[in-house]
Amino acid sequence: MREDRPPPPPSRGGAYSPPPPDQVLENVLEHVLQFLTFRRDRNAAALVCRSWHRAEALTRSELFIGNCYAVAPRRAMERFRRATAVTIKGKPRFADFNLMPPDWGANFTPWVTSMAQCYRALEKLCLKRMFVTDEDLELLASFPSFRELVLICCDGFGTSGLAVVASKCRKLRVLDLIEDEVTDDEIDWISCFPEGETCLESLIFDCVECPIYFEALERLVARSPSLKKLKLNRYVSIVQLYRLMIRAPQLTHLGTGSFSPSEIVAQGDQEPDYSSAFDACRSLVCLSGFREIVPDYLPAIYPVCANLTSLNFYGEACFLCLQVLDTVRDAGLQAVGATCKDLRELRVFPIDAREDSEAPVSDVGLLAISEGCRKLQSILYFCQRMTNAAVIAMSENCPELVVFRLCIMGRHLPDHVTREPMDEGFGAIVKNCKKLTRLATSGLLTDRAFSYIGQYGKLVRTLSVAFAGDSDTGLKYVLEGCPRLQKLEIRDSPFGDSALRSGLYRYYNMRFLWMSSCRLTRRGCKEIAQQMPHLVVEMINGEEEEVKEDYVDTLYMYRSLDGPRADAPSFVTIL
Amino acid sequence: MSNLLVEDLRGIELSLGLPGGGSEAETTVKVTGKRGFSETVDLKLNFQQIQSAVDLNEKMKSPTKEKDPAKPPAKAQVVGWPPVRSFRKNIMSQKSTTVEADKTTSGGAAFVKVCMDGAPYLRKVDLKMYKSYQQFSDALAKMFSSFTMGNYGTQGMIDFMNESKLMDLLNSSDYVPTYEDKDGDWMLVGDVPWEMFVESCKRLRIMKGSEAIGLAPRAMEKCKSRC
Repeated sequence: MREDRPPPPPSRGGAYSPPPPDQVLENVLEHVLQFLTFRRDRNAAALVCRSWHRAEALTRSELFIGNCYAVAPRRAMERFRRATAVTIKGKPRFADFNLMPPDWGANFTPWVTSMAQCYRALEKLCLKRMFVTDEDLELLASFPSFRELVLICCDGFGTSGLAVVASKCRKLRVLDLIEDEVTDDEIDWISCFPEGETCLESLIFDCVECPIYFEALERLVARSPSLKKLKLNRYVSIVQLYRLMIRAPQLTHLGTGSFSPSEIVAQGDQEPDYSSAFDACRSLVCLSGFREIVPDYLPAIYPVCANLTSLNFYGEACFLCLQVLDTVRDAGLQAVGATCKDLRELRVFPIDAREDSEAPVSDVGLLAISEGCRKLQSILYFCQRMTNAAVIAMSENCPELVVFRLCIMGRHLPDHVTREPMDEGFGAIVKNCKKLTRLATSGLLTDRAFSYIGQYGKLVRTLSVAFAGDSDTGLKYVLEGCPRLQKLEIRDSPFGDSALRSGLYRYYNMRFLWMSSCRLTRRGCKEIAQQMPHLVVEMINGEEEEVKEDYVDTLYMYRSLDGPRADAPSFVTIL
Repeated sequence: MSNLLVEDLRGIELSLGLPGGGSEAETTVKVTGKRGFSETVDLKLNFQQIQSAVDLNEKMKSPTKEKDPAKPPAKAQVVGWPPVRSFRKNIMSQKSTTVEADKTTSGGAAFVKVCMDGAPYLRKVDLKMYKSYQQFSDALAKMFSSFTMGNYGTQGMIDFMNESKLMDLLNSSDYVPTYEDKDGDWMLVGDVPWEMFVESCKRLRIMKGSEAIGLAPRAMEKCKSRC
């Protein structure tokens, strides 16, 4: 209802009088705006005029908060009164790699407290990198229509909180726990789902490092006829997996748990027929897990997909997203390149994530992928050795690339054949991949690489830089050249105050800037803070009281409508 | 096929080895973005050890471009590099970041688990947040709303010396709190002065009075021997 509008004039003698024209317009507008789903479109619509702003605010059902400190909960909820789905992101991504002390913030409590008053009808919640307590979960569970909870890279809660959610959310359809830190409170949360049929459609808990009571899980799966996605943790053995698959042949997404037997199967014992179990799951399109993989059991999944070493495709199965460890080696990637012609997304992780480990994948594998998977859109690739030639080849063979993240694990490593910096390779990526929005660099890079990024990376929104560049000029190229830049995270690179200053006019248009172990001084950061009142400039010190040589350990800077936060811990100084 | 967005394609995916982006490899356990401190770097690294951060201040001063093409021997590991998300953070930070954000307690917190018979979930409380049994009892009552504290008398402690009063309490259907102390014994809460209780309590269980009867004689004995 539009509380802020004057009431329509009373009709005379009971005759029908049409609503005033501007109210008609607003009715129409609201109906039309319902169809706008993309955030960017909605934001644009809201800027047209006051009545559009109002109508858009009333019709926005999905609220996205990219930085939990950019706006106070109350303000957001008072503008968008009818949102039923909320996404909130908290800590910056580098916090995942221990670059930020714990207890930095991103507390969910103030948000859920406001939601308890403003968003009682909340249905869906997605949180990423937030600190969520059991009490928060308990409050959330009291919302009567709540049905979907997705927590990604969150911490602060335990199985106690999960138990409350399971027992009190009667309409729960989705409970997805993805890469969270979950404390083991020794509670059997799986048993806390109420008896009787559930409406569960997705249950993902592969990150929960707590044993579960399997019989309870089996019973739960048996009474969840709508369950399509199930991702188990490593406490579920392959035998138990089999029993679950038998119960739920309608699964489309399966995370297989440990995929190894919990006890040794004696010779001659009748092992369950894994092959036919996988075969029975006709709708399976997504398979992941294999935490403690026993290769002997891999053939069981042939009916659904292929074992990488032998690559036998069964029926119509083909891969669009592939995520592997580098143990597949260059040869494995060559096989992928040869057969997965429709591959869109590839991630290759290191089994041994240390700088000077012997990584079995290299430029050879990257080249093979680029030659075979021409439709590639997103790649994350960890390696020890790389060449400009391979990266250039990928830029030419895969013009659809939107995300290019290359991590040469040795810091400052040049092209291992030519000994040149990796400038030309990354330059080719930004030049040839016209749709590129996300880029992560590595290896030996000079300022030239950044000049390429500034010159060609016109659509880049997210840029990650580590151990790269020569001088302030490098960062200046990027800040001056990339108009769409939203998220910039830099570590251990020689960029200083002068470069920081050069981006002054950009920072209100960015979500955040992270710079750690660079050459910023406190004075330089303070200057920025003074000139930009709507920027929150946080100096995060690794060691609480010490400031070494006036260099700033970590600068984390973001725009905010509501000024500096009140919950900053002692090691954070807000300038 | 070519019109599919990457987002749509998450459904048709295969992951072999590790879910999500995590890695089981031993990345650094240190959670601070420390640099420039005095931990020495032992070049004869045992690679199984937890990694330690390098003195990055030194690194900053030296030229950033390494002209030397040869791979340096046994490099010390750097915090957060390579950027693989460690699946297990520091256990300490996990356990300690539970309650309200402003932690000004000196000497650390004293978190104990509290479970109540019949409740589906347990709680954690920081005993150092309370100054007396009465405060603690009020807090517990709020947490477990059906919980009723027995008759605790004026000091907030069960009158252990009065056997008949004790037996009345335990025979009632009220709940009484019990705790496991350092010796592993289960005791009735309230038998010792508050400060001593905070030091010795390992975990709490709130059970029906009638069930706690078995504890009473032992509790009284222990109490007598302490006084």
